[in-house]
Amino acid sequence: MEPLEIVEKLKGKFLNEIVDVTQFRDQVFVSLKKEKIVEICRYLHDDPDIYMEYLADLCGVDYPEKRYRFEVVYNLYSLRHNHRLMLKAQLSEDDPNIDSVVEIWNGANWHEREACDMYGILFNNHPDLRRILMPEDWEGYPLRKDYPLKGPEEEYKGFEELKDLHSHDKEWNIQS
Amino acid sequence: MENIEDKANTELENGARVSSREMTINMGPQHPATHGVLRLVLDLDGENIVKCTPYVGYLHRGVEKLAEHRNYMQILPLTDRLDYISSMSNNLGYCYAVEKLFDIELPERTEYIRTIVGELSRIANHLLWLATHALDIGAMTVFLYCFREREQILDFFERICGARLTVTYPRVGGLKNDVDKEWLDDVYAFTEEFPKRVEDYETLINKNRIWLRRTKGVGVISAEEAINWGLSGPVLRGSGVPYDIRKISSYGVYDKVKWEVCVGKNGDIYDRYRVRMDEFIQSNSIVRQCVEQIPEGPIMADAPKFTLPAKDKVLTDMEHLIHHFVLITKGPQTAPEGELYMATEVPKGEMGFFFVSDGTGKPYRMRVRSPSFVHVSALPKITEGEFVADLISNIGSIDIVLGECDR
Repeated sequence: MEPLEIVEKLKGKFLNEIVDVTQFRDQVFVSLKKEKIVEICRYLHDDPDIYMEYLADLCGVDYPEKRYRFEVVYNLYSLRHNHRLMLKAQLSEDDPNIDSVVEIWNGANWHEREACDMYGILFNNHPDLRRILMPEDWEGYPLRKDYPLKGPEEEYKGFEELKDLHSHDKEWNIQS
Repeated sequence: MENIEDKANTELENGARVSSREMTINMGPQHPATHGVLRLVLDLDGENIVKCTPYVGYLHRGVEKLAEHRNYMQILPLTDRLDYISSMSNNLGYCYAVEKLFDIELPERTEYIRTIVGELSRIANHLLWLATHALDIGAMTVFLYCFREREQILDFFERICGARLTVTYPRVGGLKNDVDKEWLDDVYAFTEEFPKRVEDYETLINKNRIWLRRTKGVGVISAEEAINWGLSGPVLRGSGVPYDIRKISSYGVYDKVKWEVCVGKNGDIYDRYRVRMDEFIQSNSIVRQCVEQIPEGPIMADAPKFTLPAKDKVLTDMEHLIHHFVLITKGPQTAPEGELYMATEVPKGEMGFFFVSDGTGKPYRMRVRSPSFVHVSALPKITEGEFVADLISNIGSIDIVLGECDR
C-alpha cells in the first residue's frame, strides 16, 4: 500500500486527531495530537492491510520556538507489505507526557527511555522509565536545544562523591 | 525479603527440603565477555537467570548532540566511532542518508566500489564476531584463523584510505580515492581463497560437540517476538524472517548482482551462527561479481554545492575554486528542508539515520537508530530463564558493539 493510501484510511478513522500531513522524498509524515496515540498505533499495528508490525525507531525532537515544543517521531514499518509511515505526536512544554506504546511494540521500551532521558518527555504506563544513557542522578536533558554543547558549567561529580563516600580511603590513607 | 524467606525452604517432590535463595550479582562493566562496557545485574536462582537488567551508557559521547553543531561533512568521522568494528558500513549508511537528503545521484563506479568495501566490511565484522564468539564458548583456534583473514581485509582498507579501523573512506557524494587495478586484482584473489577458509572454520567447529551443545536450542527467540522487539540483521534472520534492507532498498548495486538472503529457522544461537556463516559466502560472491563488473568512470557526483570538486578543476576553473573554498572553510551552506529516514543494512542489522533539516548547512536533528541498542534491550527477553553460563554465548550471538549502542 502507498503511504498516502494509509493516511486516507487513517483519516477515515481518526480525522480529528490528524493535524498535518507532509511528504518529503517519498516518505510521508503524519502529525498527530497526542491523546489517542495508543489507539492509532494499535489500529496501524492490527489492521491486516496496513500491519505495521515493526517499530523501526522512536525518537524525540525539540522545537523551542513552536507552540508544541516536543515531537515524538514513530517510525513504523511493515515487513509483510514493505511500506513505511512516520507519525509525529505533538507535545507542549508545560505538559510533556504521552502514553507509552510498549504494550504494542516491546522494542519501544528503550527508545522511550532514551527520549525521556534526552528530552524529559514522560511516557505514561511505561514499565520502567529511568534514565538510560546518562547517570541516574544527572540534571537536565542533554538533547534539548537550550542545553549547552559543553554540558553544565559545573563538572559532573558523581565519581568524586563516590570516592568520598568510600570510608576506606581515610582509614587506609589513600591519596585521591 | 519475603521472597527470599519463601525460597529459603523449598520442598522437593520427594519431601526433602533444600535451602536456596536468590542471589544478585553484577557483571561488568569491565568484563572480557561482555564485548565492551556493558553492565548486567543478574538475579540468579542457582544457575538460572531469574532477571537480567542491562545498564548501558558508559560509552555515551553524545554523537547526536555533536552532530547538531557540525556541518554535514564534519559529521562523517563521528560515524566511524559508532561501530568501530565495521566503520566502513557506518560511513556508507551516513553518506547514503545525506545523499538522499541532498538528492545526489551517484556515479556507477562509486556504487560498485561502495558495495565492494561495504561487503568486505561485513566479512571483517563477521570474522571478528566468529573469533570472539568462539573464544567465549571455548574454541581458541578459530580466533587465530579468523584474525588472519581479517588482517587481510584491514590491509585492503589501509591501501585505499590509509586507515585500518576508523576509515572515513566514503565522502558525501562519492569517495575519497579511486581504487586501482592492482587493488581490485588483489581483492579478487582474496575472494577466490576465502570460501576455502570458511570451510576451514566450519571443520573446526561444525562437528564440535561442545559447540553444538552450547548453541543448539539456546537463546531462542521466535519470529513474532523478534519482530516485536525490533531486532534486525542476522539476529532477526536467524529467527526465520527474510528481512534484509539490501533487497528492499535502492542503495548500492545489490540489484545487479546475484545473491540470496540468508535465513535461519529456529531462532537459537546456532541459527544465528549459520546465518552469519552463509553471509560470508554471499558477501564474498557479491564482492567477486562487483570486481568482475565494475565500470570505469568518475567517483564523485556532480553536485558542486555539496561535494568537493576534482582537484584539476579547482586549479583551472574559477567557479570550482570558489565552491572548494566555501566547502572547506564553511561547509555546505544550504540543504533541502525536510525530514528523512534512511536505513542501510550494516553487518549488525538495521542502521538508520533520521535527519530533520531546517535548510541550513547543519542538521537540526540527527538521530542514529543503532542495531546494538535494540539488541541489548532484548537481551533480558532472550536470557531470562536460561543458565548463567549461556549468557556469555547469548551476548556473543546478538553481536553488539557498545560504541554504537551508547552513541
